[in-house]
Amino acid sequence: MGRKILFITTDQQRYDSLRCNGGTIARTPTIDALAARGINYDRARPQNVVCMPSRSTIITGQHVTTHGVWMNGVPLPEDAPSIAETLHDAGYATALIGKAHFEPLLDPFLRFRENRLGFERVTEPTSTHRGFDHLEFATHGAAGPLHYSQWIRNEHPEHVGSFYAVLDNELQVNASGGGDTNAPQVKMNPIPREWYHTDWVAEHTINWLNSLPEDRDWFCWMSFPDPHHPWDPPQSEVSRVNWRDLDLPEGYIADTAERERIIDGKLRHLRGWYDGTFVSNYEAPSRWVPASLTADQVREVNALVHVENELIDEAIARVLKAVDDRGWTNDLDVVFTTDHGEFQGDFGLLFKGPYHLESLMRLPLIWSPAPSAKMQPARVQTPVGLVSLAATFAHIAGVERPEYTEAARLPANDGESASLGHERVFTEWDSVLFGKIVRLRTISRGNFVCTAALDGTMSRRGEGELYDLANDPLQHVNLWDDPRYQATRDDLLDDLWLNMPVAREPVRAVDAPV
Amino acid sequence: MSSVRRHAFIECDADTVWQFISKMDNLHEWFPVVSTKVEGSKRWITLASGITFEEDILLVDHDLRRYQYSIVPNAIIKSHLATVDVIPDGDSRCIIVYSTDMDPEVLALPIGGAAGEGISRLIEKFGRKQ
Repeated sequence: MGRKILFITTDQQRYDSLRCNGGTIARTPTIDALAARGINYDRARPQNVVCMPSRSTIITGQHVTTHGVWMNGVPLPEDAPSIAETLHDAGYATALIGKAHFEPLLDPFLRFRENRLGFERVTEPTSTHRGFDHLEFATHGAAGPLHYSQWIRNEHPEHVGSFYAVLDNELQVNASGGGDTNAPQVKMNPIPREWYHTDWVAEHTINWLNSLPEDRDWFCWMSFPDPHHPWDPPQSEVSRVNWRDLDLPEGYIADTAERERIIDGKLRHLRGWYDGTFVSNYEAPSRWVPASLTADQVREVNALVHVENELIDEAIARVLKAVDDRGWTNDLDVVFTTDHGEFQGDFGLLFKGPYHLESLMRLPLIWSPAPSAKMQPARVQTPVGLVSLAATFAHIAGVERPEYTEAARLPANDGESASLGHERVFTEWDSVLFGKIVRLRTISRGNFVCTAALDGTMSRRGEGELYDLANDPLQHVNLWDDPRYQATRDDLLDDLWLNMPVAREPVRAVDAPV
Repeated sequence: MSSVRRHAFIECDADTVWQFISKMDNLHEWFPVVSTKVEGSKRWITLASGITFEEDILLVDHDLRRYQYSIVPNAIIKSHLATVDVIPDGDSRCIIVYSTDMDPEVLALPIGGAAGEGISRLIEKFGRKQ
């Protein structure tokens, strides 16, 4: 028998949401324990700050320019490389339970297999999908064709309307508010906790694990849709965190003039979005103006996110107990991360988009190796990317690193980083939506993060952002045009243009908004 | 209102391609829908998700090799206009252009995606560049 792999992802979770990363509100003892006995990465970065491109990087081990899912709505081809396929070929049982999102969700033609599998209620197709034997999909509510939505509609139809409606009547991301503060994408959800998607994902993961023979090696991607908006956790749990008791986040700038001065120091499309004049993507409500966000709305959204994160932690605990009950703990590797971050009030903003700031770029990433591997706990400061996950899973399974992967496995400590080539991490953004174009290329290296704009609707090549995270962790000062940092900037840019993979042609078309 | 466009060159003469796609009742043979029904200038198409759209066929111009149709407004769709052109490029090659103008705007993207798949099927049927 080899090592088993439980790969846990959340959606849109901040680095500082966990107690082990300095969080002070949500209680996350299960994840904290994984970090304490494992390797906790302090500067884990996504290769793109929205779901489909980032998740495509995770499964392929490739940068965005290589796998070609350059924005939400561009499907990852079914024959794209997949670490699940590699592990399946090595004899692993494989499952993906929860949110996949390698293919567009919003598609009434059912052109994509994720939607078709859900619509047809198939969990074990005759041929694997992306290398997974078993698939049960969920997203952020009861709408759509995926398995969780079908389950709610079948088993608990009275709760179909309990969730926040993610889209409005014009299929735009819903801007309507709720809760005590009328915050966008907030709703009190009367669904019982055990029927909410977090617990559903955990329960179905346990069911799949219990279906396996004891001597089978397995790779399970357990993918929670939360804490991504909408913020509508079960109402029974909301009292865990009273929003009125919360301090505002460190990244929230209360003084409007000061906030806007800092925003004006960044690439111009951020101010355009803040003012509601430049909506370049489908990741936030187009009819919501970020400048209208109040401090109390920030508090209420944060409280609900903390509740959702606690529910995730408790769900993970149940799955780990089920694994332990099967006698697998000694050979179990657990990897926990998310696909991208969330503003949650930083700079007076919510949601995400084409902004390569730490709110969206600094991710929780924990690798808790199997006790049988006898690896030492560590805290890794070197920047690493989600692009390294595929090679890490191969390494755990004792499989040679697949040729299709573009990054080495995660380092077990900072001492390993250089020998494995973990010097820099790239993050890309491209969006073209009804004539509005944003293109960014970012390098994270050492304490610096440097973003170069390419030609777009509001930016031109030659513009950008440079931050010294050691001295300015909240990113208030853009050093791009500071003469004292010109050499640093130019060196980072040389590194970026020299080492970032070149985009493949032709560029694939956008087939859906998300 | 939004507008999207998909196009491709097909290694086949324009008349052959046009004769195929201008048959209003065979949309399901190249476009990713499961059934097509035509009565006069009305057409009903059903998607794999079970959704049925009622359409008005607005124009079939055999001289221009252009047809236009519109989904009848419903609870979601406020307005829609699709234009399909087959334009010759010499005697043995043509270009097909599928344009969609749409409100709500976001639906133009999956419809454009479906059109892209339809065009890919036409390329498979009639030939691709060697």
